[in-house]
Amino acid sequence: MTGYSPQTIEELELQAAVVRKTLLQMIHEARSGHPGGSLSAADMMTALYFYEMRVDPANPKWEDRDRFVLSKGHVCPVLYTALMLRGFFPMEEVHNLRKKGSILQGHPDMKRTPGVDISTGSLGQGLSTAVGMAIAAKRDGRKLRVFVMLGDGECNEGQIWEAAQSASKYQLDNLIVLVDNNTLQNDGTCDAIMPTLDLATKFKAFGFDVLEIDGHSMEAIVAALCATRQEGIRPRCIVAHTVKGKGVSFMENVVMWHGMAPDAAQYAQAIREIDRVLE
Amino acid sequence: MNAIATRDAFGHELLAMGEAYENLYVIDCDIGKSCKTVDFQIRFPAKHVNVGIAEQNAAGVAAGLATMGKVPFISTYAVFGSMRMLEQIRQEACYPNLNVKIACSHGGLTPANDGASHQCIEDMGILRTIPNMTVIMPADYWSARKLIDAAYHYPGPVYLRFTRDPIPVIYTETDVFEIGRAREVLAGKDATILANGDVLSLAMQAAGEMREEGVSVRLIDMHTIKPLDREAVLKAIYETGRIVTIEDHNILNGLGSAVAEVMAEEGKGKLKRMGVQDRFGESGPYELLLADNGVTVEDVKKNVRTLLQD
Repeated sequence: MTGYSPQTIEELELQAAVVRKTLLQMIHEARSGHPGGSLSAADMMTALYFYEMRVDPANPKWEDRDRFVLSKGHVCPVLYTALMLRGFFPMEEVHNLRKKGSILQGHPDMKRTPGVDISTGSLGQGLSTAVGMAIAAKRDGRKLRVFVMLGDGECNEGQIWEAAQSASKYQLDNLIVLVDNNTLQNDGTCDAIMPTLDLATKFKAFGFDVLEIDGHSMEAIVAALCATRQEGIRPRCIVAHTVKGKGVSFMENVVMWHGMAPDAAQYAQAIREIDRVLE
Repeated sequence: MNAIATRDAFGHELLAMGEAYENLYVIDCDIGKSCKTVDFQIRFPAKHVNVGIAEQNAAGVAAGLATMGKVPFISTYAVFGSMRMLEQIRQEACYPNLNVKIACSHGGLTPANDGASHQCIEDMGILRTIPNMTVIMPADYWSARKLIDAAYHYPGPVYLRFTRDPIPVIYTETDVFEIGRAREVLAGKDATILANGDVLSLAMQAAGEMREEGVSVRLIDMHTIKPLDREAVLKAIYETGRIVTIEDHNILNGLGSAVAEVMAEEGKGKLKRMGVQDRFGESGPYELLLADNGVTVEDVKKNVRTLLQD
């Protein structure tokens, strides 16, 4: 199935708004976490978990499921939210982010959280693990695909490019890299801290089929994901131009919101703004 | 005495395991010829990956393979297989306790002519501080083969360290080795030598010569420094009192330190740690590099005698 209707797009847009509200609730209640990059990734994560990926919440270890690697592991609130809303674990867990003994650790822990396929958190390592998964799937003749989300900031890490060249060498057309290109990193803009240069050109040079999209256009995201279903000989990369903090006016493009939780008033305002989308 | 490098044991055991185990993988980092994985690659190309000169990626790829039910063995030199990819090992293999094996040639000072950049005297100590990690250095060809196979079956991350050059074969094909279980090589009651790796042979010669002098030295193969066979150490403490450790590793944080931890907590026994004296090596014949660090047959005998005098 590669077709999708306007109705599908609208449903996904509404779902993305729920994802945004829920992840903000999580971070607000935890009083710590990373809202900026969670919000920039929210539309893609919604499309992955509510449209594209073959997963079974009742059987999170299903062998033939598609795999997902959140290489930018600090934005796990958006992953936890997607998993929770898909039914991998109860909605009550929304209150437990970063709590002692919680299944929802500050960074993804595959041993604790149903639906998390690999532990991440140390930047630059996720693409390598995804390559390992994709090699195993391909050689075992499994049709599953491996999706991995990178931050643009973490592309500072040399290991990303080690992994990229190995994906190309092993012709991993079952590997789909999504780059959340929100142009900000922890200490400032990517341009100020370490210019990423043209990520689309770089991934092309490393042997990927590359698409560039608006990472907040649900239609563009869904169309790009559908395009990656074609078999081929090259790994796929979707460079998604995004806005850090997207959907909350005072968080958008503000570096400070990389790793800060909204207080009660800020949280209330953020919810009001997102609710407008839902109306 | 026949002599074979334990890196060759790795190459031979990989071929045997490749036939037996469907889910075995080998990940090379462009030194397969030196690490003895070439025959495996030729025989089992579908279970082989070469990531090139990119060890950090190797660790991550191995973790990904492990999540898919594979048992990957990363093959490189000890200095790269421990420290170059150290944080990847911690994050992606140890923290999720994945079935990643790291099997390294060129342990300790054994890549003698290559000099300090390729020698590795820190790896076992560093890796034993990471939760979930198991750390092993076999003493000869047959124990290496048995412990490599045991590592395949042992759940979780395992680090194995081999010699570059031929070392004496002291065991036979029928000897049994278990990870975390020390093996008594020589019985004795006056003192105990706890050793691992190729320097066990050196200790064996020293213990044999001392026997002729009327000194009864127990010799224990501590191939696994984590999990440490605490029982073997306690028996050495309470039955012989005097302990010498010997290893081709920095005396900081390796076998000697692990044994010292047990002895300090017991508050019993006397210890002499033999090994690399917290300094980098250089190019030169292996025996001379060991001698620079006070690791010779004569030094072993001298240290045992000193402990016996007190």
